[in-house]
Amino acid sequence: MTAIAAPARPGLTRLITDTAVITRRNLRHTLRIPGVLPLSAVMPVIFILMFTYVFGGAVTASLPPGAEDAYVNWLIPGLIAQFALFSGANTAAGMADDLQKGSVDRFRSLPMARLAVPAGRTVADLTRALFTVLVMLGVGALIGFRWQTDLLHVLAAIGLVLAFAFSVAWMMVTVGLLIRSAEAVQAAVYMLVFPLGFTSAVFVPVETMPGWLQTFAAHQPVTVVAGAMRGLMLGPDALPAGHTVTGDILWTLAWSAALVAVFAPLATRAYERA
Amino acid sequence: MLLAWALILVLSFVYSEMYLIKFTKGEVAMASIVQVAELRKRFGKEVTALGGVDLDVPAGGVFALLGPNGAGKTTLIRVLATLIEADSGTARVAGADVAAEPAAVRAAIGLAGQYAAVDEYLTGAENLEMVGRLYGLGRREARRRGEEVLERFGLAEAAGRYAKTYSGGMRRRLDLAASLVGRPALLILDEPTTGIDPASRRDVWDMIERLVDGGTTVLLTTQYLEEADRLADRIAVIDRGRIVSEGTADELKDRTGGAVIALGLAAADRDKAAATLTGAVPEGDTGLHIPAPNGYADLRTTVDALVAQGIEPTAVALRKPTLDDVFLELTAAAR
Repeated sequence: MTAIAAPARPGLTRLITDTAVITRRNLRHTLRIPGVLPLSAVMPVIFILMFTYVFGGAVTASLPPGAEDAYVNWLIPGLIAQFALFSGANTAAGMADDLQKGSVDRFRSLPMARLAVPAGRTVADLTRALFTVLVMLGVGALIGFRWQTDLLHVLAAIGLVLAFAFSVAWMMVTVGLLIRSAEAVQAAVYMLVFPLGFTSAVFVPVETMPGWLQTFAAHQPVTVVAGAMRGLMLGPDALPAGHTVTGDILWTLAWSAALVAVFAPLATRAYERA
Repeated sequence: MLLAWALILVLSFVYSEMYLIKFTKGEVAMASIVQVAELRKRFGKEVTALGGVDLDVPAGGVFALLGPNGAGKTTLIRVLATLIEADSGTARVAGADVAAEPAAVRAAIGLAGQYAAVDEYLTGAENLEMVGRLYGLGRREARRRGEEVLERFGLAEAAGRYAKTYSGGMRRRLDLAASLVGRPALLILDEPTTGIDPASRRDVWDMIERLVDGGTTVLLTTQYLEEADRLADRIAVIDRGRIVSEGTADELKDRTGGAVIALGLAAADRDKAAATLTGAVPEGDTGLHIPAPNGYADLRTTVDALVAQGIEPTAVALRKPTLDDVFLELTAAAR
């Protein structure tokens, strides 16, 4: 009888190694599949240009004092928050694609850590999220975005939005594994992220919405992440009355932790049953 | 920030503890590498994929699961590869129970599914290194074994190219190669030659034969009798979720009774003739095959019966059964 290949290794080491192997594979996909990187830059750029030049003039008057002279200053941090959510569509589609092509069957027949395939997907997609954030900051800078704080705060903002993107990715992995078809996944994800993205404070202040919507809009994840981004990049004056920078940061962390706590086990279970 | 990462780390740790595979070193000294008893699996209320399968695959050699589409071959393979759970019954692979000790089963098997699951945007070498790493090998060892297997499968020259540029046959070979990096005791192949051209099919056959010479047990599914006849030491015929017969190719052929009558008939007479003769299996539009355990005596009775009905056959032959005859007879009996 041939010797069994896998030596016993302690669980956590094994999980880390396997996750690293899968992450590397997914990063290679991101870099090598034509169109993946350019496309994850195109939509954010279109949003930046469209909202700055089409809605900018109309909205500026209702902005908080710290942001009223430049809609672009108010928009960029908000859009960064929104695309942390939107870019999850790629995560879900990638996971569904792995299912359709049979990769998941192969992985599930290997003596590897169960969590490594979903985890490798979420970790690799952090890199793409970072790429998108940097593109948005760059394009924003070209059309007049200037942060009002210092580099350290901006770096903190980037770190925070990546933590949020990571938690969203767990939700998207679950969606991808449950819906299974790459085409249907895109539609399902947009049904999920468009309402969340647009009932937030990303484009217009929550105070301009009807009362019944305000309560929801003020506390939903995209709004608090956008608030935290604005607080960190523009200073406390950019937040509407009643919001503090620390408060929005804590809300962001709480939402992120909650999403991971709910979706990491769901994703793992969906993977095991895929 | 730090708090978030600390939280995420702690949570991941908790989940990993919950879901981690624990390697149990299965005692793998046995004559049977696969033992299946009373295995049942239904999908929804209507579809019974496995209706009580019993199977014993001896270690060494090639074992073929032969059956038409929808017979339950793939379902059985997926249960054995720990991809799905059966509703009831037991299955042991390399001494380990698929439901209770999946990690030990996974460490002992290599799986190549119906569609070559190669990573198109990784090179051949990267594909194999990845799989080797996931079998728990170190980076250098995974790379070394990858090179070795690529060499063996005639892919050394294409090692540095993306698998996307490979032909269908090359992909199949890469997929096979990937299932061997972990040096599995049991190699499970689901329809290894479906959808590839005849020349590549022969390549894959040659490779499977060489593997067996190297001591690997191969369990494969196929709907091609020719493939089972050529490769398999033992064959189980599976139809509608049950094993309907099992043995060597020769044993199966003998069960048809040592001879077969092949009749050619006018198209108009065919159905009438089929109704007259017991055990007749239609072949094409005008042919009938009838088992003839008593050889010439059966031939005479058959022709007499036809003549009595006013049917004149256009051609009559008495010949050795092929696996085709066995297969058709067995699966027709179940219907």
